[in-house]
Amino acid sequence: MKPKVVRYLDKGEFPVSGEEALALYRAMRRARFFDEKALTLQRQGRLGVYAPFMGQEAAQVGVALALGDRDWVVPSYRESAMLLARGLPIHVLLLYWRAHPAGWRFPEGVRAVNPYIPIATQMPQAVGLALAGRYRGEDWVVATSIGDGGTSEGDFHEGLNFAAVFSAPVLFLVQNNGYAISVPRHRQMRVDYIARRAEGYGIPGVVVDGNDAFAVYLEARKAVERARKGEGPTLLEALTYRLAPHTTSDDPSRYRTREEEEAWRSKDPILRLRKALEAAGLWDGDLEEALLGELEEEFTRELALADGAPEPGPETMVEHVYKEMGPDQKRAWEALKEGKHVEELW
Amino acid sequence: MVAERARVLNLVQAIHEALDLALARDERVLVFGEDVGRLGGVFRVTEGLQAKYGEGRVFDTPLAESGILGLAIGLAMGGMRPVAEIQFAGFLYPALDQILSHLGRWRHRSRGRVGLPVVVRAPYGGGVHTPEQHADSPEALLAHAPGVKVVIPSSPERAKGLLLAAIEDEDPVFFLEAIKLYRGARAQVPEGYYTLPLGKARVVREGRHATLIGYGGMVEVMLEAAEVAAREGVEVMVVDLETLVPLDEGTLLEAVRETGRAVVVYEAMRTGGFGAEIAARIAEGAIDYLQAPVVRVAGYDAPYPPFSAMEHHYRPNARRVLAALRRVLTH
Ligand SMILES: Cc1ncc(C[n+]2csc(CCOP(=O)(O)OP(=O)(O)O)c2C)c(N)n1
Repeated sequence: MKPKVVRYLDKGEFPVSGEEALALYRAMRRARFFDEKALTLQRQGRLGVYAPFMGQEAAQVGVALALGDRDWVVPSYRESAMLLARGLPIHVLLLYWRAHPAGWRFPEGVRAVNPYIPIATQMPQAVGLALAGRYRGEDWVVATSIGDGGTSEGDFHEGLNFAAVFSAPVLFLVQNNGYAISVPRHRQMRVDYIARRAEGYGIPGVVVDGNDAFAVYLEARKAVERARKGEGPTLLEALTYRLAPHTTSDDPSRYRTREEEEAWRSKDPILRLRKALEAAGLWDGDLEEALLGELEEEFTRELALADGAPEPGPETMVEHVYKEMGPDQKRAWEALKEGKHVEELW
Repeated sequence: MVAERARVLNLVQAIHEALDLALARDERVLVFGEDVGRLGGVFRVTEGLQAKYGEGRVFDTPLAESGILGLAIGLAMGGMRPVAEIQFAGFLYPALDQILSHLGRWRHRSRGRVGLPVVVRAPYGGGVHTPEQHADSPEALLAHAPGVKVVIPSSPERAKGLLLAAIEDEDPVFFLEAIKLYRGARAQVPEGYYTLPLGKARVVREGRHATLIGYGGMVEVMLEAAEVAAREGVEVMVVDLETLVPLDEGTLLEAVRETGRAVVVYEAMRTGGFGAEIAARIAEGAIDYLQAPVVRVAGYDAPYPPFSAMEHHYRPNARRVLAALRRVLTH
């Protein structure tokens, strides 16, 4: 039997409060604004390689807003929207993508760890973080995210199994955007829905329309409540699509068609939510314009902050490798601080 | 045996050509990995091979490095000659169990019955502003695994012949390709099928005052330093190791004995890096000839820095090599 795909939008259903709906919309629109700006900055050489998330805002924001302040997110490289919705300031995120030391240390109040570059390694770690909360008498829940391709890695399965066995409070989000770089889902696995994997580990698996913010948000809330009550992990599969390339170094025209991209463009999660808000009388062109003005202002301010961050010296490269600098780092640090390399110190 | 005609190719084209020739020549050869089929690899090394040889012989695997190595081991056991690609050498780590527990041990474990003619290709090294973990140089980890060979070419024409030799080899070979050289290195490459012997180092520049030893992406850095030194009247010998395991100790020691001074250059972290092995071999085999301590020029004892921010500090350049040369020359 096929799992049911949870969906509210486009059916005229409005299952959340107006306030919640507006919060979702604003966070998604803000994330999209960031993504567009980041792509431009990358093209100007003012960001490193960047992984856009355009099209996946509902999946990321829906989960982020379902979490409480004390909950954690353990993201991968594509989860910038999730991080923004969790309260990571824009200038910190920009500095992160510039590999500036100030961007690799997230502010203490933001319960999110740095995005992971190696695929799937975050899964067992998220379980550990969740269990740590239990040991410490805290009831934080951990939301971690992975792509469809990443579910092929052993660590994904080990993470699910550990979470199930220890009944860990974890929400596993799979953003199934159909591709692992160029490899389509059907070359990655033979199951129709990744959420089915959950059954093999004895935990609930849920499929949602990942471009439907209401669906993601409500199912994520259920998973978080279950986790908080001690009922263990949930695997949440969000069916979605990335409208942009895999990273700024990728060329998607080599593995997917314009028609496919266009078809998904019409299912843009932001447009779909906006329509629902307009139908409910909660949104209009003026509000949109005002929001965009705010976002432009905020971004300009934050970009200035990022640009104003002092240029890091090369010695920062060998800092924080250990709590206390070892002799090898110390020697290198001293050389680099003087504008030399270690070979020139002898 | 080297074929006659040659044209100028970059490293990507030369490796592509070697794979093409190997696929054409031996039906047992299979090429697979993440994104190598349809996309032709993130660096386009395998571009067009799937269209030419079909999805049975050139194919995308699920995203699972341990799975890729395990699959390669089984295929080789069954008589195939797998050439697996790991998208970046820094992503070999999920497969280390397959490598350390199995790939390198089967021949020994089976008293010679099960040999594994597996080739694992992986781009490595920095200089092109990649994200975190994409610039790692894990050659020392691989060299420390019993039972595998490690080859790192420094130019297109060497890469082509060495890769074909690696595919013919009856033992597992890690073939690491410097990302910086993919499009940066261009050279005359002979047409047709030819192999170059594994396990041989080569002197790429003669000199009598000091010896520079390195491999892969560091060879052009060493040559640049040697060129600058020459302008000051210092003649520097440059040795390209090419194969780290098995190491051509003869060529290495001879080169050091001739000059009495040695600098080892590598872009991995200094501590425990392959340069330490080279320094130890020199101490064991040429101590009586040394007029100065062996000096290493390497990455710092820190993770390789992502993107452009710091990597020009981390990755050895000619200036740093010259500083080290000065030290061994003035000792
Ligand atoms: C262990 C590991 N292997 C390979 C890579 C290279 N790589 C980066 S992203 C990617 C595809 C990921 O696809 P998916 O999990 O579906 O996530 P998406 O990028 O679509 O969000 C690959 C192969 C990596 N980062 N880590």
